[in-house]
Amino acid sequence: MKVLPFVVAAAAVLLSACASTSNPADTANAGNAAIVSGNSGSTTGSAGGSSLNPAQPLPQVDAVSAEAAAYAGVNGKSVFFDFDQFAIKDEYKGVVEAHAAYLGKYKGRVLVQGNTDVRGSREYNLALGQRRAESVKQSLEVLGVKPEQVEAVSFGMEKPRATGTTDSDHAQNRRADFAYQ
Amino acid sequence: MHRLIAYCWRMLLLAMMLAAPLARADLTVDIVGGGSSRYPLTILPMQNEEWLPEAVTQTVKSDLAMTGLFGLLEPPGGTVLPASPQAFDPAPWQQNGSRAVLYGKVTKLEGGLLRLTFWAETVNPREQKLAAEFDVHSSQLRDVAHRIADMVYEALLGSKSLFASRIAFVVQKGKESRLQVADVDGRRAQTVLRSAEPIISPAWSPDGSRLAYVSFENKKPVIYVQDLATGQRRLLANFKGSNSAPTWSPDGRKLAIVLTLSGNSQVYIINADGTGLSRFSYSDAIDTEPVFSPDGRQIAFVSDRSGGPQIYIQPLDGSKTVRRVTFQGAYNVSPAFSPDGRQLAYVRREGGRFKVMLQDLATGDARMISNSAFDESPSFAPNGKMVLYASDEGGRSVLYAASTQHPGRVKLGVLEGQVQDAAWGPFNP
Repeated sequence: MKVLPFVVAAAAVLLSACASTSNPADTANAGNAAIVSGNSGSTTGSAGGSSLNPAQPLPQVDAVSAEAAAYAGVNGKSVFFDFDQFAIKDEYKGVVEAHAAYLGKYKGRVLVQGNTDVRGSREYNLALGQRRAESVKQSLEVLGVKPEQVEAVSFGMEKPRATGTTDSDHAQNRRADFAYQ
Repeated sequence: MHRLIAYCWRMLLLAMMLAAPLARADLTVDIVGGGSSRYPLTILPMQNEEWLPEAVTQTVKSDLAMTGLFGLLEPPGGTVLPASPQAFDPAPWQQNGSRAVLYGKVTKLEGGLLRLTFWAETVNPREQKLAAEFDVHSSQLRDVAHRIADMVYEALLGSKSLFASRIAFVVQKGKESRLQVADVDGRRAQTVLRSAEPIISPAWSPDGSRLAYVSFENKKPVIYVQDLATGQRRLLANFKGSNSAPTWSPDGRKLAIVLTLSGNSQVYIINADGTGLSRFSYSDAIDTEPVFSPDGRQIAFVSDRSGGPQIYIQPLDGSKTVRRVTFQGAYNVSPAFSPDGRQLAYVRREGGRFKVMLQDLATGDARMISNSAFDESPSFAPNGKMVLYASDEGGRSVLYAASTQHPGRVKLGVLEGQVQDAAWGPFNP
């Protein structure tokens, strides 16, 4: 559906590689950095687009490149939570703001998928993950995203990012992901 | 009292004959303590049992050991196998401490049929408790073995047995989830659904013909109901947000489910055909894991309205009078009513461990019936005498069944992958 210019695609790969960093704290940095990368990516994208194919009408290339770059800037950026908590910590507000900005500009739809660590009742964890997703949904709405653009759902403990049992494994699993539709 | 029961099973369901086991499961009997109150029983091999392609009396032994209600005694080597009540001598069995003996014989009939004849007798005083005969094909021997186990259980203990039922569970193997249905001992598992996304919370319809479950195949949890005979399934609930935790009303007409339409997880009631949605619980907290009481008049569910998750019971008469039933521990989840409605099994977290508890609803007394660190999803046998649950064993999830009467439990279903979310079905129709 979207044809990405090579440079933007490469940028997306690089950024998503950043986003898959295993430590949530690192991911947080990547998330914050992503907002910046997203903006600079947009510049890179249009420059790359025009230099790759100067004959193509610029406005269209710009629009596609800018959106793709903005998407690359938010794609894979998750919000992480403390044990038994669903409040969004200050360090992840930038991530939510970046998603809100993307949704505000490009009017897409997103599933916010809440997750929990892998202990306890599956169904109760599903409800806890839902609470995290709702918390993110509300924050997005406060930032101007329309309710019909966001659906809060939960994967509970079923989609752990880390399958170990250390504190840092559990910390990676207490998160909300953004799945754009 | 003498009883003579004669059974001829010339025909079994075609489905049973076609049922091909996908994976073999072994049963590990791990019974601890309380041996003195078990029924001491010797099970002799049937005369000519070596003609059979599978050892029927081994399955009968394994079944009866699994219940935790029988203390099985091994006959000494060289025992002459009696092939009729006339040939049975109770004396040696009085001496080895047996209260009863099961013995029998195999004879070949025309057309490839096999006749299994067996008797159960108490030895002091000598009394015939059971005499039965099955004419079967060799493909039906496992069904016959479970049936013999049920007959022995019922003849000697005088209460309803449990092997004429099936269990459902989810096996995770790599990224694939399989919803499976198996015999009570975990054998003859058949996959009823395969998915690249998780499947959780299988729930049997009261007639055993359908399973409701939660599937994540659409990037979010939605509830399906699947007919086991035809394999056909349809969406029951796919509302905005998460759809989860289905369980059936005792009459099979309705299900309790959990939806997030209000922004938090709340209990709803929906007709089994997907019509007639109505909200049941009202809180600003999490309300989930609803289960109907066996009389269909109330629902137990988990709520964290008091801070942590605890179990509450609320009647279905619309009065909304909610009663909290768990007070010990800060985390009590996954309730299941016993078939008589008098007990509740659930999971309690205590000191970082998750244990299956059994609570008397009249007195509030609760005791632990599981013994490892991470036990989940308790489910009663239809006779109320056992509770099936999933347990973590060195990072792998396996199934256990614990007696509700004695401190014993057995591990079943040594299948590959993570075996979780067990649900014990009703008696087979």
